[in-house]
Amino acid sequence: MKIKYFAWVRERVGKSEETIEPPANVRTVDDLIAWLTKQSEAYAYAFEKPKVIRAAIDHAHVKSDTAIAGAREIAFFPPMTGG
Amino acid sequence: MTANVTIRIQQADFDIAREIAALTKGRTDIGAVVSFSGICRGSESGEPIAALTLEHYPGMAEAEIARHAETAMTRWPLTGVSVIHRVGRIKAGENIVLVLTASKHREAAFQAAAFLMDYLKASAPFWKREESAGGESWVDAHERDDAAASRWTKS
Repeated sequence: MKIKYFAWVRERVGKSEETIEPPANVRTVDDLIAWLTKQSEAYAYAFEKPKVIRAAIDHAHVKSDTAIAGAREIAFFPPMTGG
Repeated sequence: MTANVTIRIQQADFDIAREIAALTKGRTDIGAVVSFSGICRGSESGEPIAALTLEHYPGMAEAEIARHAETAMTRWPLTGVSVIHRVGRIKAGENIVLVLTASKHREAAFQAAAFLMDYLKASAPFWKREESAGGESWVDAHERDDAAASRWTKS
């Protein structure tokens, strides 16, 4: 699946997007954040306050306990500050 | 007639008069147009701000605005909605966002414009980075923006 990062999450991870294949036991958005956090210090820094991070699956906001099965694109970003 | 809906995300500035003319052109069923413009302030908490840089999530930003425009049209009898949001570097004093709502009567237009702006701020995927004397930093989200959006879901 494709993962995208925006704003300071993107800066901390050090890339704007990537394609990953998490193991089968990574079922929800929360699981994915926990799994990414273990991959490197950059991810650990980006997700150091997981409750602050917002997620979207296929261009729609989702809660962190949402299942990721079937997702084409998952995005992580800070709370929005547009308008 | 069906409602005119325009949603654009662009780097270029917009011309408010031209956008209102486009929304109302050839129609005689519109009695009210409300226009909201968001403008880049030159200071924040007493700190001078030279400019903002707006980042967005292409695809989702348009989809999210479209969802809220749809909701506004089911909630109020609107004849038109335009939302234009700029991205990229925006200097102090320049336009950031435009929301236009058109209806037969003013009340629906006023309410729908406020609703769209509240939701735009709370849930459209845009992020501001500001340039001040101390360097560049990401703007923090305000809880008051979430509170402003949630007032539309009460009863």
